[in-house]
Amino acid sequence: MLVDWFTVVAQALNFLVLVWLMKRFLYQPILRAIDERERRIAAQLAQAEAMQAEAAEQRAGYQRLTGELEQQRAEALAQAAQQASAERERLIGQARAAADAWTALRQQALQNEARDLQQALVRRAQEQVFAIARKALADLASASLEERLAEVLTRHLRELGAEAQAQLAAALRSTSAALPAVVRSAFELPAAQRAAIQRSLDDRFEAGIVLRFETAPQLVCGIELTAGGQKVAWSIADYLTSLQQAVDELVRRPTEPAPLTQAP
Amino acid sequence: MRLSPDQLILWQHGALKLNATIAFTWGLMLLLTTAARLVTRRLSAQPQPSRWQNLLELVVSGIERQIGDIGLREPRKYLAFVGTLFLFVAAASLCTVVPGYVPPTSSLSTTVALALCVFVAVPVYGIAERGLAGYLQSYLEPTVIMLPFNIISELSRTLALAVRLFGNMMSGAMIIGILLTIAPFLFPIFMTALGLLTGMVQAYIFSVLAAVYIAAATSAGGPAPAAAPAPASRGGHDP
Repeated sequence: MLVDWFTVVAQALNFLVLVWLMKRFLYQPILRAIDERERRIAAQLAQAEAMQAEAAEQRAGYQRLTGELEQQRAEALAQAAQQASAERERLIGQARAAADAWTALRQQALQNEARDLQQALVRRAQEQVFAIARKALADLASASLEERLAEVLTRHLRELGAEAQAQLAAALRSTSAALPAVVRSAFELPAAQRAAIQRSLDDRFEAGIVLRFETAPQLVCGIELTAGGQKVAWSIADYLTSLQQAVDELVRRPTEPAPLTQAP
Repeated sequence: MRLSPDQLILWQHGALKLNATIAFTWGLMLLLTTAARLVTRRLSAQPQPSRWQNLLELVVSGIERQIGDIGLREPRKYLAFVGTLFLFVAAASLCTVVPGYVPPTSSLSTTVALALCVFVAVPVYGIAERGLAGYLQSYLEPTVIMLPFNIISELSRTLALAVRLFGNMMSGAMIIGILLTIAPFLFPIFMTALGLLTGMVQAYIFSVLAAVYIAAATSAGGPAPAAAPAPASRGGHDP
């Protein structure tokens, strides 16, 4: 007989005991551990999700903040650029004004220098012309230039038209000691010449004309007679003016180049 | 030559006797309980458990998942019974590598005892789940005519359960014993390896069939589920 019923009963009992032992020492502890771990993992997952949500929220907040900062930065940059542009315009304008002022000053200085040079040239030319003329006249006519000037004035008086002569005569007649006729010359006339002029006037118009002799350097080797608003004059100023223009042209030529259209 | 370890009597006092089957069963019970106790003494709920705890968790959760796959809605109610069936039969087979050991499942008394346990457990679980009337009603399905066939099926499958396991385990041990006497050293090693595989397969078949019977009894579909893998579950040494 292969089946021993005592053994069958014993094995069935053994099996039931083993079921209880396994349940007590294996399944329950293991299942509890698994459940506990799953619960912990679920809690950790939930916590992670909560943290993730919080992180996402914070990230959104930071992104919003970053956007605002970016916008503020862009506005500040634009404002700064605008201010810099305005400042640049202002500085350029200032520099331009300073440059213009400096240019004007320089031009003024140049003009002053040119004027001084011209005046010096005029004086030098006047002196030279006068010296040349004096020497030439002295050589040619054995007479001084002063004599020649007096003669020139006398000749001019003689060559006056009738109407001018009448007007001059009326003017001369109105002279007195308080309001004499004035003879101006660039230099001091010698007594002989003064006498000659006085004599000539007396001869031509009438005696007793009161004359006063003055020196006026601006006449530039000229002589003039002024009485009651009438004037008879001769001067080498015209010649000097031509000379001055020629000199001016020479002076200007280096600083003011000729226009291209005039170039040969 | 002994066909069953029942015949090796170690101690006897009147009707009480201690044979090799019971002794080896106690040894297996001690081994399983000690191993379980050693591992579960320091259980950790941390995400990284110890190596042995991991192994046991794998085994327990694997059995639980298998029971669930068979169709039992609450696997943990049946885990102790079905899982212990599997572990006992598997441990009895795995220990055959120990020289001098005879698996208690190679005794028809043991397999009959296990089959009787299943035979009792099926109606117990069925009545607990569906009530007495509901469970008895399942014998009349699909028609009243099927009642004797259902009863015969209930008995014959219990007999088949016992004899299948006994035949496989006994023949495995027998073949190794015979081969040791006629073949050189290496060949029995392959047969032992094959025996281990057969033992594991038998443990799986036995526990799965028990779960299928319980599932059939606890569900409203009737005592014989269509998904029962019984016809395809015979091992290589099935007589």
